[in-house]
Amino acid sequence: MGAQVVTITSGKGGVGKTTAVANLAVALAADGARVVCIDGDIGLRNLDVVMGLENRIVYDVVDVIEGRCRLRQAMIRDKRLPELYLIPAAQTRDKSAVTPSDMIRLCKELRSEVDWVLIDSPAGIERGFKNSIAAADRVLVITNPEVSAVRDADRVIGILEAEEKGTPSLIINRLNPVMVKQHDMLSAEDVLDLLAIKLIGVVPEDEGVIVGTNRGNPVALEPKSRAGQAFRNIAKRMGGENVPFMDLEAGNGLWARLSKLGRK
Amino acid sequence: MEYAVTKTSMTDPNSLVQIKGLRDGLLVSLGNASWDDLRAALMEQIETRQSFFRGARVAIDVGGQIFHVNELSELRDTLSERGVNLWAVVSESPTTEKTAQLLGLATRISKPRPQEMTRPPAEEIGEAAAMWIGRTLRSGTRIEFPGNIVVLGDVNPGAEVIADGSILVWGRVRGVAHAGANGDQSAVVCGLDLSAGQIRVAGAATIPPALSKVEVSERSGEVRPEKISLKDGILQMEPWQANQS
Repeated sequence: MGAQVVTITSGKGGVGKTTAVANLAVALAADGARVVCIDGDIGLRNLDVVMGLENRIVYDVVDVIEGRCRLRQAMIRDKRLPELYLIPAAQTRDKSAVTPSDMIRLCKELRSEVDWVLIDSPAGIERGFKNSIAAADRVLVITNPEVSAVRDADRVIGILEAEEKGTPSLIINRLNPVMVKQHDMLSAEDVLDLLAIKLIGVVPEDEGVIVGTNRGNPVALEPKSRAGQAFRNIAKRMGGENVPFMDLEAGNGLWARLSKLGRK
Repeated sequence: MEYAVTKTSMTDPNSLVQIKGLRDGLLVSLGNASWDDLRAALMEQIETRQSFFRGARVAIDVGGQIFHVNELSELRDTLSERGVNLWAVVSESPTTEKTAQLLGLATRISKPRPQEMTRPPAEEIGEAAAMWIGRTLRSGTRIEFPGNIVVLGDVNPGAEVIADGSILVWGRVRGVAHAGANGDQSAVVCGLDLSAGQIRVAGAATIPPALSKVEVSERSGEVRPEKISLKDGILQMEPWQANQS
């Protein structure tokens, strides 16, 4: 059995692709799986920063593809988890340095070495996106509960379906239950109603994610973080486990829970 | 000399693939042969004239060839790896046109086709012909047909359905539906919820209701069959009723 290659993409920028890749990778690796993440955003690399590995980069994905180093040399071992690796993007090149068949070849080589290959797609639907999905066995589309992000997700799902990549699964990121209750934000149901694909997880809005991102410490490593828990659940669902969805209404402090009890 | 041999051989690749310059790129016209031969001839042209093709914007006229999604997307990716950007596929086959449209490729190029139109004009297609789309149309999809269009699924925001005849959507229209695009004032648009889309018939367009997006999505659970048609130059929406003829 070779690795599963999973691409995380969104269409729109800034919805949390890189954060999701980092968190899912640490969650899978913390469960004992061997994981490689590839930063597909050639020219605008970020995943190394989010994972806290930026000053360890010697070789990058373009070096591997152009034969300047062996695959193993470009795999940066994570500082916390022994079976987690990052293949960073080249910062000084652009998307045209890589082709879809390069990615297929690279992932083929990785398949025998690890259990999971997670690819962080760049925003957009052009070359970088095409490269990122070329080798994918499975695609996760991530979106925010915002009209613009949902429309871009819809476009991306349409492209994946047209290219016969199979129907992707959906992650809804940065959902704020209070705003949904006040009808100021689309609910998970509203998003699903339009996109009509399988939901694999809802990640609540959480300031801790930003702190973790800036410090290079993905929240999925923090046992108490609710966003971290949501990412750990998604990682389990990726592995085929049936994990119930979190009740996002709960845990808004002691009072919320007490008043909930009172209503029953 | 190898070159001379190729030139005089029976299957001259140059006759299978003809290349013309357009105002905004190249038009590659494929001759009559099997797709494997055509593809090989096209690739040979591109390989031998790399500097000419690199970075080019290319439209392909495939004649009557029928293409399915995997063939067309493979062609596009292969071309893109050689620095050639495929933006349009011109075809006489409705199947190929539909495939190209679903992949987001244009199917009409600004310049009229060099040979005469072999596709029947709208009047000849008439009432009998409809294009069947058995799925939801997602953002960025544009479907055009010189007859009627039937969609089994939703037309999502950012998707466009353009018919010279009428449009029937067994689902919600939240994108653009343009019936009678060639000026037919008797065309209609029917759907299970037209409230959030932009509906056009011939030259007239509805203005989508001034609701916020959150309100629209809240309303969208409500399904009520309705029809929009042109009456005295004004678009009118009628709910469908069981006792109607």
